[in-house]
Order: sequence, then C-alpha cells, then structure tokens
Amino acid sequence: MILSNTETIPGKTVLEIYGVASGSTVRAKHVGRDFMAGLKNLVGGELKGYTELLQDARQEAVDRMIAQAESMGANAVVNVRFSTSSIAQGAAELFAYGTAVRVE
Amino acid sequence: MELAIQLGALVVFLMASYGIGSWIEARHYKKIRETEEVFADLIVTNLTTLPNQKIEHCALVKGNVVISLDYFKRFIAGLRMLFGGRLVAYEPLLDRARREAILRMKAQAKTKGCDMIINFRMETSRLANDNQQRNNNTAGVEILVYGTAIKLAHSNDTIHP
Repeated sequence: MILSNTETIPGKTVLEIYGVASGSTVRAKHVGRDFMAGLKNLVGGELKGYTELLQDARQEAVDRMIAQAESMGANAVVNVRFSTSSIAQGAAELFAYGTAVRVE
Repeated sequence: MELAIQLGALVVFLMASYGIGSWIEARHYKKIRETEEVFADLIVTNLTTLPNQKIEHCALVKGNVVISLDYFKRFIAGLRMLFGGRLVAYEPLLDRARREAILRMKAQAKTKGCDMIINFRMETSRLANDNQQRNNNTAGVEILVYGTAIKLAHSNDTIHP
C-alpha cells in the first residue's frame, strides 16, 4: 500500500479511482500518563507520553484507512489528510482520510 | 507570617520551575541544532509536484511533538495577557516544537531511503482542558507535520548509508 499526500503518486499513473477511504480512532489519555504529564507540565518541555499516545493513535487511524482502501481493491491512497479534534474533556479524535486509487 | 511563608514558597517554586524550564529549553535547542545539521541535505518543500524529475518511490512521512511551557513562563505570559502584545515566552516554545517535528519527519524519510520531502503540511492543535480550574493540568500543544517523501531516480545512494 502506497500512501502519499500529493494528488497523484509521484512517478506512477493512477488507473482507477475508488473514492474516499477514511479511518478514525478516539483516544483518551490514561490516569498514570496524565499524572506524569501534569508533573512535566510544571517545568515545561516535551510531554513524551502524549507524543507517543497521539503517534500510536494516528497510526491506528492510518491502518484503518488502509484496511478500508484494501477492501475497495485499491493499492494506494492519495491526498491523505489528517485532522485532530477534541470531542470531550481529555479525549481526542484522530482522523485520517484520502482517496483510494489503483496505480500501475 | 503565614502569608510570608506562602509567598516565599510560591517564589521558590516559580524560580525552580524557571531554572529547570530554561535548562530543558537550552538543552533542547542544542539537540535541535545538532540534528538539523545532520539532515541539512534533505530538502523539504510544500510544492506538490516537481517539474522534470523522475521519481523512484514515495512514502508518507510524519512527525509529531507535544510540548508544554514551564510554570513560570506561563505565569509571566498570563500577566502579559492583561496588557496584550507579544508573548515572548510562547514564541520559542512553538519554534522548538515545529523544528523538532520536522526533524522527526526527516528522520523517518531517511530511514525509508528518501532524499526529499514534497507537499509538506503543518498542523497545530491544542491539547488543553477547556475547564478553567484544571487548566494547569494540560497546557500542551501538539504540532503535526507530514509530507510525501520521495526518492529521485537519478540520485545514487543516500548520503548517510
């Protein structure tokens, strides 16, 4: 599966377009991490726990998007976009979407 | 007396967070500058296509950082917000986070054997609680950068094998 956030796959031609493939996940931070981040927040700097949490969650959203694209019969997803929205106190939705296509 | 102790504790706490915060910032900047030199040859652009270039393969790369400010600087920025104007405390924070995220993206591109990143995008989101009482709990900012890493067909091996 080839992913790209450009409108075509560079160096390849798009043969067929299947439509939008998307994947999302909603994650909440857990208490232990929240506590550590709270401490880290006093001195500033990177909150590694949150960085990893969001990284994992975003990867899951991407994996779900890939699974959907595969079920459509695509072998690439172009114009991939990410969006993050906090839907409730302490929880965020990570969303990835793109156009499923078949390239040569 | 009671008040003096409380004030003293606050001042000590603020000074400590300022000291540690500044130390962390200085160390982070040093690391960023070093890594930036390593990846200096990897060009990042937000053009979507490259004219007259043959491309061998491509991959989606991304980098993210969650970063927060120390208590003292948040306190100062809070005071500053009464008068408005430039929030000097927040500027290096965002600068650091952006540069770090770009470096992570570049590192990912390097491991995939690519030598350029096109259609580079940047996104900023606040991870904060909207609740005013718990507002000290998480005042983090997330920076996400992503782009398409490409390998040009004519280029030989990567510079850092």
